Amino acid sequence: MEFRYLPMTEEDKKEMLDVIGAASTEELFSDIPKEVRLTEELKLKKPTSEYELKKELTNMANKNANLKEYTSFLGAGVYDHYIPSVVDHVISRSEFYTAYTPYQPEISQGELQAIFEFQTMISELTGLPVANSSMYDGGTALGEAVNLSAAHTRRKKVLISKTVHPESRAVVETYTRGQGIEIVEIDHKNGVTDIEQLKEQLDDSIASVVVQYPNFFGQIEPLKEIQELLQNQKKTMFIVSSNPLALGYLTPPGEFGADIVVGDTQVFGIPAQFGGPHCGYFSTTEKLMRKVPGRLVGQTTDEDGTRGFVLTLQAREQHIRREKATSNICSNQALNALASSVALSSIGKHGLKKMATLNMQKARYAKKKLEEAGFEIAFTGPFFNEFVLKVSQPVSAINEKLIEKGIIGGYDLGLAYPELSEHMLVAVTEIRTKAEIDTFVKELGDIHG
Amino acid sequence: MAKQDFPLIFERSKEGRTSYSLPEMDVPTVDLDEELDASYIRQTPPELPEVSELDIMRHYTGLSNRNYGVDSGFYPLGSCTMKYNPKINEDVARLDGFTYIHPYQDEKTVQGALEMMFDLQESLKEITGMDAVSLQPAAGAHGEWTALMMIRKYHESRGDYSRTKVIVPDSAHGTNPASAAVAGFDAVTVRTDERGLVDLEHLREVVGEDTAALMLTNPNTLGLFETDILEMAKIVHDAGGKLYYDGANLNAIMGYTRPGDMGFDAVHLNLHKTFTGPHGGGGPGSGPVGVSKELEPFLPKPVLVKKGEEYTFEYDRPNSIGIVKPYYGNFGINLRAYTYIRTMGAEGLKKVSEYAVLNANYMMRKLEKHYDLPYKQHCKHEFVLSGKKQKKLGVRTLDIAKRLLDFGYHPPTIYFPLNVEEALMIEPTETESKETLDGFIDVMIRIAKEAEENPEIVQEAPHETIVKRMDETTAARKPILRYYK
Repeated sequence: MEFRYLPMTEEDKKEMLDVIGAASTEELFSDIPKEVRLTEELKLKKPTSEYELKKELTNMANKNANLKEYTSFLGAGVYDHYIPSVVDHVISRSEFYTAYTPYQPEISQGELQAIFEFQTMISELTGLPVANSSMYDGGTALGEAVNLSAAHTRRKKVLISKTVHPESRAVVETYTRGQGIEIVEIDHKNGVTDIEQLKEQLDDSIASVVVQYPNFFGQIEPLKEIQELLQNQKKTMFIVSSNPLALGYLTPPGEFGADIVVGDTQVFGIPAQFGGPHCGYFSTTEKLMRKVPGRLVGQTTDEDGTRGFVLTLQAREQHIRREKATSNICSNQALNALASSVALSSIGKHGLKKMATLNMQKARYAKKKLEEAGFEIAFTGPFFNEFVLKVSQPVSAINEKLIEKGIIGGYDLGLAYPELSEHMLVAVTEIRTKAEIDTFVKELGDIHG
Repeated sequence: MAKQDFPLIFERSKEGRTSYSLPEMDVPTVDLDEELDASYIRQTPPELPEVSELDIMRHYTGLSNRNYGVDSGFYPLGSCTMKYNPKINEDVARLDGFTYIHPYQDEKTVQGALEMMFDLQESLKEITGMDAVSLQPAAGAHGEWTALMMIRKYHESRGDYSRTKVIVPDSAHGTNPASAAVAGFDAVTVRTDERGLVDLEHLREVVGEDTAALMLTNPNTLGLFETDILEMAKIVHDAGGKLYYDGANLNAIMGYTRPGDMGFDAVHLNLHKTFTGPHGGGGPGSGPVGVSKELEPFLPKPVLVKKGEEYTFEYDRPNSIGIVKPYYGNFGINLRAYTYIRTMGAEGLKKVSEYAVLNANYMMRKLEKHYDLPYKQHCKHEFVLSGKKQKKLGVRTLDIAKRLLDFGYHPPTIYFPLNVEEALMIEPTETESKETLDGFIDVMIRIAKEAEENPEIVQEAPHETIVKRMDETTAARKPILRYYK
């Protein structure tokens, strides 16, 4: 079998072995003890030619119902948005995608500057002055934020609202276990954090309060009230997880006194791709700049005074701190951060509000139509592009019927909230048309007879 | 902005220019501002660029021209396995049926995706010799931490709360001790001996009833195979500890030996290294973990299983460490790795390791006459030179790295591992031709000569790059982390 990624010829091999002074390549592996040497070939599928493999994998892909062919009302943390064509053209440039972390600034100015621009965009969106180069995703970024709050305040208890994405909360629980942090969940009331309960739990043992804005139900959390509560607990940190698209319309959490704002930029230029890779962001205050996990790019000049960019404040990072590290993150999601930067450049200063508004208007239209069709909407507070629909059959059963009509229905809230079985979380983004929304309402109505 | 500076995207911005193409507002609208308390409505728009589509393409094409990837040239960055990134991987990852699927779709509608994941898990089990694999972790460090959390839970499940220490060799990747710390362990260092291998006597000393695990790369970061691996496994296992394999260096041994056969209880793999997921300028990666039967109950949730002809996620896993990442790992990177494994098969993967090791040994023997080689035995997929000979001439390893830039190469990893003075860690990978290796060797020899005859040219390098050495001190002292208009 020929292997197109392996350029060595038999002649090359012979010449090289001569230089090494070995009779065969086998000799180079003689340091592996015989007891652990494989005696048989690995049991893997046979090597496959490019054409055949592409065909096979295309068939495999075609077994999946994809968001291009189906009309989706599914969100719950991962959204189907317009992706400008320029995005894939930029991230397909192999100087970007085949590069490593920009350790050598002289030949990595492209990536470094792209990250610096990303940091600026995130800072603009969240209203906080410092943003890092990106994290794995919104969920793990939240886990890192909570760990940072405990390390910074030297406190071991954190209050997290149940309106935060269930999987993000689960990640926080796992992330904090190594640090012995106690997580207390605050119930939801009318679709938002139960402020009274939060107030009762808040005392001087609390490292941080964590909410999501807009929250998992799409509702807009009362950040102002939480900020006021925290006035009495100055040391307690305020952590907000935010869908950054919503921040095109909503006041950024930084203006409500948030100490850390995290989230996922999947909404900007990154396809759903079955949940990953997406791109976490992490932003914070000047005060916490030297405690930020992950990589930071800073502006500087070279010997000639030309502006340039470098990885900076590396004393925070695992490769320097080793066993004293408070985060072990090494990679970031540079290529996806680049995708989001390109998308944000394309959408631009005024496009962002327009895009956010389109989401809000279309979601409101869907909600109104459903109400007119006799459906009940569970929570009535202000929302972004998602709302909770009460249904009278198991959501999974409804979704099975919808898929036959070419529709991917909303998220089954009963999976994460037992009290919300027969409640569907419906997402409506800017790419849903009026006709698609009308069909969705009609089909839901038909299912309910 | 000085004249020679490359503009920021914000500096290309002009009020009123647009590049977006949003769908029409085709629904009746309501007054949004009435719905919300005014304090929740953003008053100042974020300062995003206002540019045309061509502005965007010129800007980012310009940036890409100021960047260096594997497709640009040789990238022998030790420990990072900068091999060629196959183009079929990129094509496959962009198929609509893989790109545009939502993680919360009904499992029945994503059976193709689950089939790929399951088949990848099976392949990785076979390659590593482990009993179970989870594709959840997003990157190598994330995989390390995930496996350590499993080991922690394993000990605790036996009522053993005394195992607070994780042993790490002094040559280990920085993520090893950091992951141990984040998982709540104390990291203990074990020394390297004169062979460049773990000092067995010292290992015996540090191992004890408080040992949770030993973390090890094999071959180690010096590129040397730990020949005492079975003895080490025995020492750790006899003390009740677990053996953890950092898969960063798996590229050296595929088809020759397997972590599972060496006695490892848990491994993580870097699919963006060995299995050609591109590095993306720093990510996204993917860091699956493989474990033995004994550790399987502790795998992160959900666990993908096959029931009859259907694939399904299991969430009811009472001993699981929980969820380590939302959804199902970095699917897009896992798909690329799968495509690569299917392209190569067992025969190809063994050749990968054969040539990775051949290339490294060839370069090592060619360069040992010109640079100090601290450990003389055959290496595996990478080797570490010391620049101490050149240091005596006033030329530092950093200078050598910068001089390489003038010849169009990405330098090796420098100053790592920490136990070699002025280290230069070279990993050629198997995808490079002999001509490429020879070209690089010639330049390395030339630089060694320059260090003797004309050290300034090395000390002052680079001379040919678009920017010179950066003022990193000021960058850290007075950080500028974003642009302000």
